[in-house]
Amino acid sequence: MAQHDAQMTGAEILLKALVDQGVEVIFGYPGGVVLPIYDELFKQNRLRHILVRHEQAAVHAAEGYARSTGRVGCVLVTSGPGATNTITGLTDALMDSVPLVCITGQVPTHLIGNDAFQEADIVGITRPCTKHNYLVKKPDDLARTVHEAFHVAKSGRPGPVVIDLPKDVITGRGEYQPPSRMKTKYKPQVKGDLKAIEKAVEMIAAAKKPIFYVGGGVVNSGVAACQLLTQLVRMTGYPCTQTLMGLGAFPASDPLSVGMLGMHGTYEANLAMHGADLIINVGARFDDRITGRLKDFAPNAKKIHIDIDPSSINKNVMVDHAVVGDCAHILEDMIKVWKAKQCRPHEKALKEWWAIIDGWRGRNCLHYENSNKIIKPQYAIQRLYELTKYKNPYITTEVGQHQMWAAQHFKFEQPCHWMTSGGLGTMGYGLPAAMGVQVAHPNALVIDIAGESSIQMNIQEMATLCQHRLPVKVFILNNQYMGMVRQWQELIHGGRYAESHMEHHPDFVKLADAFGAVGLRATKPGEVDDVIKEMISVDRPVIVDVRTDASENCFPMIMPGMAHNEMVLGPEENVKVEPGSDEGGMVLV
Amino acid sequence: MSNEQDIERHTIAVLVANEAGVLARVIGLFSGRGYNIESLTVAETDTKENLSRITIVTSGTKMIVEQIKNQLRRLVPIYKVADLTTDGPHVSRELALVKVASSGEKRVESLRIADIFRANVIDSTNESFVFEVVGATEKVDAFIKLMEPLGLVDVSRTGVAAIARGANPL
Ligand SMILES: Cc1cc2nc3c(=O)[nH]c(=O)nc-3n(C[C@H](O)[C@H](O)[C@H](O)COP(=O)(O)OP(=O)(O)OC[C@H]3O[C@@H](n4cnc5c(N)ncnc54)[C@H](O)[C@@H]3O)c2cc1C
Ligand SMILES: Cc1ncc(C[n+]2csc(CCOP(=O)(O)OP(=O)(O)O)c2C)c(N)n1
Ligand SMILES: [Mg+2]
Repeated sequence: MAQHDAQMTGAEILLKALVDQGVEVIFGYPGGVVLPIYDELFKQNRLRHILVRHEQAAVHAAEGYARSTGRVGCVLVTSGPGATNTITGLTDALMDSVPLVCITGQVPTHLIGNDAFQEADIVGITRPCTKHNYLVKKPDDLARTVHEAFHVAKSGRPGPVVIDLPKDVITGRGEYQPPSRMKTKYKPQVKGDLKAIEKAVEMIAAAKKPIFYVGGGVVNSGVAACQLLTQLVRMTGYPCTQTLMGLGAFPASDPLSVGMLGMHGTYEANLAMHGADLIINVGARFDDRITGRLKDFAPNAKKIHIDIDPSSINKNVMVDHAVVGDCAHILEDMIKVWKAKQCRPHEKALKEWWAIIDGWRGRNCLHYENSNKIIKPQYAIQRLYELTKYKNPYITTEVGQHQMWAAQHFKFEQPCHWMTSGGLGTMGYGLPAAMGVQVAHPNALVIDIAGESSIQMNIQEMATLCQHRLPVKVFILNNQYMGMVRQWQELIHGGRYAESHMEHHPDFVKLADAFGAVGLRATKPGEVDDVIKEMISVDRPVIVDVRTDASENCFPMIMPGMAHNEMVLGPEENVKVEPGSDEGGMVLV
Repeated sequence: MSNEQDIERHTIAVLVANEAGVLARVIGLFSGRGYNIESLTVAETDTKENLSRITIVTSGTKMIVEQIKNQLRRLVPIYKVADLTTDGPHVSRELALVKVASSGEKRVESLRIADIFRANVIDSTNESFVFEVVGATEKVDAFIKLMEPLGLVDVSRTGVAAIARGANPL
């Protein structure tokens, strides 16, 4: 029958839809229910499949791929355990607004609800940890669903989308529909209201102690948005601070940058936030790690909030003025209005403001006591930065002190070169994320700055790196401790180091060797440069075991429940806080 | 002016695609984020467009109610969210079926009160009545309270249905 010939199997429809959505790489892991999809993958060569060693890693890899390219990351896993293994990754992507489409296999529709073999209610389980999810009931709906899933993942505030595919939908036959035929009611607001933009510009021009507070939303919006932001900040001459997720949105070397703000942000950034009369939030979400004690957050500042998601506005902090839309459009309009109205910053006030800020800067808050006997973690990061910056590397991190030192001491001039798990704080994110980055940028230098504890959470991916010849460098700051936990125990729990010391670690050099990668080690400050140079010169995956000072703490730090102007600058202040002071809502690592 | 910390009660009307799981998304949003649901009703209201209408009565500070509406708007199959409490005057009604089992003077008294509340008897046996009472939540509450000493044994309520006054649709 002619009509029947025009039809395709669900697996064929899926792959065609992915290709039509511009997908080039899928991170995945096979299993019973999705075998017909793998069979189709086998027969074609347009889609590259990266076989991971654990499904969580597939999702983080897709995150790294997405965040370093601005494209949608794609994941394919089987039903039941394959699907449940993705939950941490999906939640991570939701918290950090990363666009993903994750395809999960499901038992045949007639078995759903029967406790069938490898059945899990994935639509139910992933409802709170995805932006949206779908259960496809018939092959005819499949193409439309895939196209809408990509649209939802990347439009508005980006996020992960799950498509659950029962086996009979994968094997059954249906009609393909091209992306152009997709109809959707999901149309988030992109352009900002011009009146609201004009008012924002007036407020900006009138400010005397202003600061730009920029976040991951600018990076989400894309390189153009980062350029527009940079242009606007430079037109005003105002200081600009970035969140952990916003690093790289504004060049770190620009004199207008005061660095990262928040719990481990710089003295100048936090005090400028505290003393400001106007905060211009572009694509950041007033996270509790940056506000500190809420009732003392920026007490004298009027606040402007530019965000694509209305639910980010007035969630934690009441703002005086909001502009909803994509910040690229809004920033472009703001620049136009600024020029058209011939706005000028308040010359004299701004000079005075900068004088105050420069005073704070003079405290040199990222300073640490270096040593020629023991490797200080900050020193290791600084050397890594100095010796690799000519290669414009991509940096991912795990979670802990090393992550914060990386944020403080590695300088990012460009967006999309910094991948870290901010919102969920997922140990085990960095290695698979680096894998995804390397897949997207095969010739680039990609480094996972890791802790010896975090790296063990997804260490199995070393095998994936070797199999796919992905020369990721794992740079471990090995302090023998869950350092961030140890730090909190020292400062808040009376030095009782409950379970933060691992009595036993693998020999990372031998481990690298066992995987087929290269292992290097530095134990003295004098060896740091050499291992970094060697690491760069090797065209294979490398693990570098850098033995760092086990007792070093990460400063500056705003202690839990404290305000911006109460930050602790270093160990000499010798602070101890009582546990349970949770006012202001700051939570542990 | 109302205080930022005052708890306000709001009636929110939500137009959603009538597809599997939408209600779970809405309820999951409320439980996951710790919002209150005082009443929730749902039924298909537009068969041509395949839309259902959910009416939610919730309470919270101004900031929380604002969050609730914005979080609802984030859900992909939700097309429209309106706050009937702030958008202008609206009317709301609830229906309850109230079972009263009693005899003698109490039985007569329950009928008398039903009459005052314009409640209908929709089932009766020698020892029981089922009343159908319609009205604003407060009226239904009052009726049930009055029935308590008169042999109240069972109540089933629909939850609130609400609609804006005047000629305009949602
Ligand atoms: C151990 C640890 C310590 C940490 N310490 C700090 C710290 O000291 N300082 C710090 O800053 N963070 C810190 N974090 C990270 C913190 O938890 C948050 O993840 C981070 O602050 C959030 O960044 P953001 O506000 O830029 O928001 P994101 O999570 O990046 O959210 C982006 C915002 O932009 C909006 N948006 C998205 N796309 C667009 C668009 N196109 N246009 C406009 N808006 C858009 C979104 O709606 C959202 O509101 C730490 C994390 C860990 C794990
Ligand atoms: C999956 C997960 N489990 C637990 C935590 C809590 N946590 C945050 S940092 C940290 C220690 C990290 O140790 P390491 O990787 O060695 O980094 P360091 O702080 O020593 O640099 C822990 C346990 C977490 N963030 N993620
Ligand atoms: Mg450690």
